[in-house]
Formats: sequence, structure tokens, C-alpha cells
Amino acid sequence: MEKPLVQLRNVDAAYQNKIVLSNVSLSIDDRDFIGIIGPNGGGKTTLLKIILGFLKPLQGTIKYTFDRSEIGYLPQGNQIDDRFPITVKEVVASGLEKGLKIQKKFSSTERQKINTVLEKVGMEKLRKRPIGELSGGELQRTLLARAIVSSPRMLILDEPDTHVDNKFEMELYGLLKELNETMTILLVSHDIGTISPYIKSIACVNRKLHFHSSNEINEEQLQVYNCPIEIIAHGPIPHRVMKQHNQ
Amino acid sequence: MEILQLFEYGFIQNAFTAALLMSVTCGIIGTYIVSRRMVFITGGITHSSFGGVGIGYFLGIPPLAGAAVFAVLAALITENLTRKKILRNDSIIAIMWSLGMALGIIFVYLTPGYAPNLMSFLFGSIITVTTTDLWFMFSLTTTVLLFFFILFKPILYISFDEQFAKTRGIPVMLMNYLLIILVALTIVLSIRVAGIILVLSILTIPQNIANIFTNRFSVIMITSVILGFIASMVGLVVSYYLDIPSGATIIFSLVLMYLAARVVKVVTFGKKYPSKKEAANEPAEDR
Repeated sequence: MEKPLVQLRNVDAAYQNKIVLSNVSLSIDDRDFIGIIGPNGGGKTTLLKIILGFLKPLQGTIKYTFDRSEIGYLPQGNQIDDRFPITVKEVVASGLEKGLKIQKKFSSTERQKINTVLEKVGMEKLRKRPIGELSGGELQRTLLARAIVSSPRMLILDEPDTHVDNKFEMELYGLLKELNETMTILLVSHDIGTISPYIKSIACVNRKLHFHSSNEINEEQLQVYNCPIEIIAHGPIPHRVMKQHNQ
Repeated sequence: MEILQLFEYGFIQNAFTAALLMSVTCGIIGTYIVSRRMVFITGGITHSSFGGVGIGYFLGIPPLAGAAVFAVLAALITENLTRKKILRNDSIIAIMWSLGMALGIIFVYLTPGYAPNLMSFLFGSIITVTTTDLWFMFSLTTTVLLFFFILFKPILYISFDEQFAKTRGIPVMLMNYLLIILVALTIVLSIRVAGIILVLSILTIPQNIANIFTNRFSVIMITSVILGFIASMVGLVVSYYLDIPSGATIIFSLVLMYLAARVVKVVTFGKKYPSKKEAANEPAEDR
């Protein structure tokens, strides 16, 4: 069997002495599409930070069978300052940067890559727009383009579905499904109901991590996993669970 | 007297050169500061450098050398403590800010005799700039220009999204430290011209004027350099004729230019403010 792309073994992670993840083990297989769910503050983003290498595990090991620079990353929306003076194209171009390169013009291949990815996310007409003039959905498209422009092996997305309209959400998941043919995807979402048809496996993170190698999950399992997200029902057809909508 | 005749004076030529060099460094560094919302940090570094001025007087070394040491130290400490999350970022800044001023006052007080140049450090004195000052400013300007020209893209990417820049293998920490040192040195060399209390405006007002009309990092930089230089020239000439302090006059010109720019913007482009345009229609996306 193929080696997993990333393997976490008995990882503990903490912020200022506060344990956020405890004894977490996870193998991420090639072309998997993992939906990461769990309560707020349960450690979902921390898990991503460990995998991205932003945070060193307190204990345990993490092994990669590929170069970590081949991870495309889409951060949580609130990490982006939308008044920053930068254009769509510049944002996407930053996804092609590798290491500290001195100033040079983009090569024609690089320009080609940027154009292709802008088309893919439907932003080709807005390429010269400053990000301050984009809607929430358009900004997410731009950030997605930045994450995938280097054709990474693994794509990590931290709640790309917050503050976006339903239309974009559906397009996004359609696009991710397509990307999943060539990329391994980790998706943090608060909306397990919506992502369920697209993902292949589920990771419940609430200090501990429980891996569930199917896209179906029901309330009892979530309770066993100690993953208190609200679910109202799950039906056999279609294979999906519904998260309760508060609004 | 004709304005051109003014330039026959050596001190006016020095002042002109100083204004030009300061406009270039502050235009570039200021764009970095403003875009990255580091204005308060910059304020902290600026004011803490007064501690160095005081110690410089006390020890009989050039006050600006003391200021440089203090500014760089304050910059590194602020950057380091912020990363380690030992204290809240704004609290660290406030402490560095007031500690520097306190040390400055204590050492100036302890220095025997009278410190005649104190006002010029607080409010700037472009017409007393010496040739030595100019050489220092020239070296810094060259360094800043080269640094930003060669590393423009990484600087832009780090400023926009540090975490993402890390995933692309850009040495974010190293760059942050180098940039904050350049910020500190820019502040110190601008103190001669604009003074500790006023230097912040040269680093922020031109950028905000530019930002009214453009949202491009590189264009804001170039525009800020030009605007800073115009304001310095206007301030210099006006202060000469009205016999009022030059630093304050430069700042005043900048503020007037900002107001004029706002009026021009409203008249020519309507009331729509670029970065608010679509946010207004989609309040859900406001954070």
C-alpha cells in the first residue's frame, strides 16, 4: 500500500501551556478528501497549523512523504486584511513564490499558470481589482486561486465557506471535487451537512481526534467521538447528515 | 527675495537634499508601515528613541547615534515580545513609548548645562542639517531603495499575509526583523528633519493621500515619495518666509494636501470610497 502523505503520531499541541490537542494520530492518504469538524476551540485550526509547520508539536512526531512547500493553503477569512493595497493578480502570484527570490518578472509559464487558475475560479475579469473592492465570495475565489496556482499535492482549507453566498459555496465544493482528482484535500468546516457529499472521510477534532473513513456520520458516532456539533437527522438516501441551522 | 536665490545658501541646499532623501525613505517605508497597520508600533519606536537622545547628551556622544541604538533596540524588543505573546502588542508599544521618553527626560535633566538642541529633536530642524547627516541619510536611502527593489515581491506577500508567505518558504521572521530595523533607522534619520513628535506624519499622511486614489502598493510608494517631497519643499519655503518652525510647517502642508485630495476625490469621482464600495452592499462580509 502507498505510504500516507502525512503521518501524525501521538501529537500534543499547546498554546501558552494550554493543551489544545492531545495524543492525536492521523494518517493522510494520497487523494483523500478529509472534512475536519468539531466545536469551536476544539483544535481544528491548531491541527492545520501543525500540518503546515507553523506550530511545533509539544510531543509526538509528524512525518511527510512529500515536500511541505507542496501544500496549498487557504486561511480563515479573518486573517486577511481586505483594505491591504494589493490586486487579485498579485495575490494569486504570491502562490507561485518559492523561497526568497530576488525581484524578477514573471516567466511566461508563470503568467500562463496565473491566467489558467484565474479562469478556473472565475476571476479572470477582476484580475486588476484591488481586493478591497471584492465581495466576500470573490475574495475567497482569489484566495483559493492563490492556494492552487502552484498545483500543490495537498490543499488545506480553513473554513472557506464562512461569509460566502450559497451559490459560491456550491461552486466551491464542485471545484474541490474536481481538484480532488489530483490533490489531497483537508477542509475545516462548520457545516458537515453541506460538505458531506463531497468528502471521503471525516476527522472529528475536539482535543482528541477521531478519524472516520467514510463521509457518513450519525449523532451517536459523534457522541462517541465527543464531537458536539448539532445534527438534526441523517438519512440513508442521500448519504448525508444535516447540521442544524440556527439562523 | 526670489525663491531661486534661496538655494544659493548652503543650509538651504542641505535642507533641500535632506527633504529629498527623507521623502524617498519615508515614502517607501511609510507604505510598508501603513499597509501593514504598523503605525502605532512606529510611534512607539519613534518616541523610545528619545531615550537615546538623552543618553547621548549625557555621555557626550552624538544624540542621533544614541537615538539609533534605542530605536533599533525598541524595534527588536517590540517585534520579539509580540511574537512571543508575552504581553499584548499595544501594551508593549505603550511601555516602550513612555519608557524612552522618561529616560530621555531624566538624562537630559542630569546633563550639566543646558541642552539647546532639545527642541530640534522633538520638532525637527531641517535647516540645521549637516553634510554628515546627509551622508547618513544618503546611505540609508540607498539601502532602503535597493532592499525594496530587490525584495519587492516577498515584502508585499509577507505584509499581506504572513502565514501564507511562510507556506511558500519565504523567511518571514528574518524579513520582519530586517524590515523593522529599516523602519527604526528611517525614523532616526528623519528626526533631524521632522522631529520625534512629527515624524509619524511623514510616514503616514502621504500614503493615505495616495491611497485615496490608488490601491496598488507600488503606486502608493512612488506617489508618497513625490507627495512627501512637495510637502517638504512647500513647508521649507513657507517656514522660511513666515519665520515659523519648518517641521511643523511641513506637517501642516501634508494635512492640507490630504484635505485637498479628499475634496478632489469627491468632486471628480463622487463620494464612493474604493475600499468601501462593495462592502457596503454586503454587510455580512464585514468582520
